[in-house]
Amino acid sequence: MMDILELGAKDIVRFISRRELSARDVVEVHLSHIQKIDGISGSIEGDSSIEPDKVHAFITVTAERARRQADEVDRKIAAGESVGLLAGTPVTVKDIFCVDGTPSTAASRILSNFTAPYTATSVERMEAAGAVVLGKVNLDEFTYGSSSESSAFQPAPRNPWNTGHVPGGSSGGSAAAVAAYEGVLSLGTDTAGSIRQPAAFCGVVGLKPTYGRVSRYGLIAFGSSLDCPGPVARTTADAALMLKVIAGEDMRDSTSVTVPVPDYVAELENGVKGLRIGLSPDYFKITYIDAETGEIMEQAVPSDIKTAVIKAAELLEKQGAEIIDDVPMPHTKYGIPAYFVISRVEAASNLHRYDGVKYGYRAPNQVKTLNELYKKSRGQGFGLQPKLRILMGMYVSAAQYNEQYYNRALRVRSLIRRDFEEVFDQSGKFRLHALLTPTTPTTAFKVGGIYGDSVLMQYADQLTVTANHAGIPGISVPAGFDLEGLPIGIQFLGPDFSENILFKLGRSFELVTENETWRSIKPKFIRDNQ
Amino acid sequence: MPEEISPELFDHLVDLAALELTPEEGDYLRRQMNNQLQAIHELVAIPLDAELAAASHGISYSKDMSAHIRKDDWIPNPDPGKLLQQAPETDDGYIIVPEIPHKELE
Repeated sequence: MMDILELGAKDIVRFISRRELSARDVVEVHLSHIQKIDGISGSIEGDSSIEPDKVHAFITVTAERARRQADEVDRKIAAGESVGLLAGTPVTVKDIFCVDGTPSTAASRILSNFTAPYTATSVERMEAAGAVVLGKVNLDEFTYGSSSESSAFQPAPRNPWNTGHVPGGSSGGSAAAVAAYEGVLSLGTDTAGSIRQPAAFCGVVGLKPTYGRVSRYGLIAFGSSLDCPGPVARTTADAALMLKVIAGEDMRDSTSVTVPVPDYVAELENGVKGLRIGLSPDYFKITYIDAETGEIMEQAVPSDIKTAVIKAAELLEKQGAEIIDDVPMPHTKYGIPAYFVISRVEAASNLHRYDGVKYGYRAPNQVKTLNELYKKSRGQGFGLQPKLRILMGMYVSAAQYNEQYYNRALRVRSLIRRDFEEVFDQSGKFRLHALLTPTTPTTAFKVGGIYGDSVLMQYADQLTVTANHAGIPGISVPAGFDLEGLPIGIQFLGPDFSENILFKLGRSFELVTENETWRSIKPKFIRDNQ
Repeated sequence: MPEEISPELFDHLVDLAALELTPEEGDYLRRQMNNQLQAIHELVAIPLDAELAAASHGISYSKDMSAHIRKDDWIPNPDPGKLLQQAPETDDGYIIVPEIPHKELE
């Protein structure tokens, strides 16, 4: 049983295609594993403290749908028909994507009764490639958070490496499910780091593609200029395969681009010789506002995280990469303040559509007027984080504050973008192919550790949010553990559409560390099963 | 530090946002907004070149990489009933809402 659970997408497709395994067998093994370790699924009536030793990655397990999809893959193979790149591969989908006929909740009460009438492009492409969708996984409500604790569907996901700690967020269910072998791949979204941060916290690979690389059609919107769907996987090879399937132009998303999709998998093993990788002191510290005094504070990232990054640089250097120290990225520290403005304005705009009239939650109370219906439905349907974003977004974009806040934040975004353009300029001073940084300023924090402090929670994304402002791609790959045994992630950031280079860097790092002891350590759910 | 969002301003925003809040929610949200504004004020201190343009997206879209525009054709939904099923209250294909307040314009 464990052998099947530990297979990557490439092997599953190969075994199924050769009829050495059936897609039905693969899906049954995964469904049985989910039943054993996931515990009760998140629900509106759920309790955050129930079954604290389970993963709770799911909101909805779509077992029968998955079996039908698996049987169709087996039928095609038996009939000699061609199957796709992900044939029979069990995947999960963050419950922020619409999937036809399934509850699509955004982990919010306001969409708790919503069944999607159509399927998101990225899910449609995975299913067309033969992927088997095991279900919809939990997240922060509307993706607003960095721990998954703000989900209206409790219990929220927990970190498979230590269930007393959060899996990160907002794609916490995706990262937890992949780390706990409850699916080979997961489709997540990244608006400030929501794929990379939970990937780092859970010891898996997470890629935020270039903005426009993957269609947003069917994604329930948060920050429309920042949102990027992307893969969560256990290896860079699987993440590369998944991106190859979901990337590309979509006539239903005018922000998707026509740039050709390279064969990420074919280029994966090409090595890193000659690649110039930068290290920036601006990514080894975080800057934040002290809530009591209002002072700007600065703090170095913990030494075990810094050490993991430096060691990765040394190992890649031995593989032929060139390491460039002291790369200035002076506007990194403005990423979060600018995000507080831009993302809130976009979120507020996107949340105005939920009104209790056309779909979603309607307050059951008797009301006399439509205005009263709006207020009660939105008041009861939204949790605290959506409410905070609506109010903040309306305030900073109000006519009298627009110049002071919103336009200023958009101009600061240009400065953040310029930092990257200068260091990636191939005729400039640094001529980098990628920047190597920590993914997060800490490892996974304890459940309840900072939940409720919206400022502190946001600073968990300080090292990832700059890529969303700039639109560039970034990947987080596992790089060992801290002293508490919690995973550490390192991040590669590259210029627009350089996902192929980021995958190569990740793969090279995997190869050069494949015999290190930490690579053989597995979450306790897997150890207990062996 | 003085609070930028006063209770009166907060109540006005809540009304505009069409939200009904409990007193506890109101206290939490107003406090968090003021905390976030402290962080946002860091932006005000950044010297910005007058020529610096606002970026609505990180990547800049050139014509040759922008998605093709669809033809402006009307395509009927294959199953409008499926969409109507999502509405909380319907009657004979219409969505039911409470009375819509009317105001005489001066």
